[in-house]
Amino acid sequence: MSKIAVMGDRDSIYGFRALGLETFTVTDIEEGAKLLKRLADNGYGVIYMTEHIGELLKKERAKYEERVTPAIILIPGVFGNTGEGIARVKGSVEQAVGSDILFGNE
Amino acid sequence: MASKMPNPTRMELTRLKGKLGTAIKGHRLLKDKRDELMREFLDLVRVNMELRKKVEEGIRQANVNFVIARAGMSGEALQAALMAPKQEVSLKEGVKNVMSVNIPQFDYATRTSDPNDIYSYGFAFTSSDLDGAVKSLADVFPDMLKLAEVEKSCQLMAAEIEKTRRRVNALEHVTIPETQAGIKYITMKLDENERSTQIRLMKVKDMMLEEAHHYSEK
Repeated sequence: MSKIAVMGDRDSIYGFRALGLETFTVTDIEEGAKLLKRLADNGYGVIYMTEHIGELLKKERAKYEERVTPAIILIPGVFGNTGEGIARVKGSVEQAVGSDILFGNE
Repeated sequence: MASKMPNPTRMELTRLKGKLGTAIKGHRLLKDKRDELMREFLDLVRVNMELRKKVEEGIRQANVNFVIARAGMSGEALQAALMAPKQEVSLKEGVKNVMSVNIPQFDYATRTSDPNDIYSYGFAFTSSDLDGAVKSLADVFPDMLKLAEVEKSCQLMAAEIEKTRRRVNALEHVTIPETQAGIKYITMKLDENERSTQIRLMKVKDMMLEEAHHYSEK
């Protein structure tokens, strides 16, 4: 049994608290990096992160890429969609195939 | 080409032949693994893209609803309304093995089974838009979890495919040709040694006969 966390700015994530997910407000990189490490080491299986924070924590996120958990998933925040999430899916196609043959022109 | 030529001995030849056999077998197996992983990955990544678009649209819609809800009530009231959630979600993790890649399987359980427990507040002091907003977010949640599972699987598989592809290429373009060159070199060298031994023996025989019978003097 593990837990689900949501990281991001307050306005983007407060709704998730109603669903029973644990929300963590993040405002700057340092705090975010520490929090991410704490969450990942404390049995959170899925960490949703707003795209904005996700971009700031790119380096920290990469550490958990090879591990089965936690799954760090980017979601759009209240300030709109930056396209980082979609870019990440395309990135994995590129990594596997060598070039983006599926969504290249989307 | 091999950077260093192997020792031209029979033992080395046997060793290289064994190595070549293993390399060819390994190459074939890894190639099959890569192809199968690629097939699964391409199916999965399409699902991933669809889910992501759906989730992003759902969350965008939910955010719009929340903004409307916020407009209708004070920030403090909203904070207070969502301060103590009634519902709690716990995650059940499983691991599935696809072509030796461990991919996660997520399932979730809510603390209470009543779907209305997402409304953690009394309805008297909150705007009705908040109900709609919370509901719209609750509706995307199953898809969000599915997305987490699929997207993580895609990332893990992509990493594994990359690794496997490198291994296949290394075997195909480095190990196998080098070993073959080594085997060829040793075979040639051994043959050459054998010929020179033969010639030497013939020469010695000639010399011994000459000594015994003195052909050239007759």
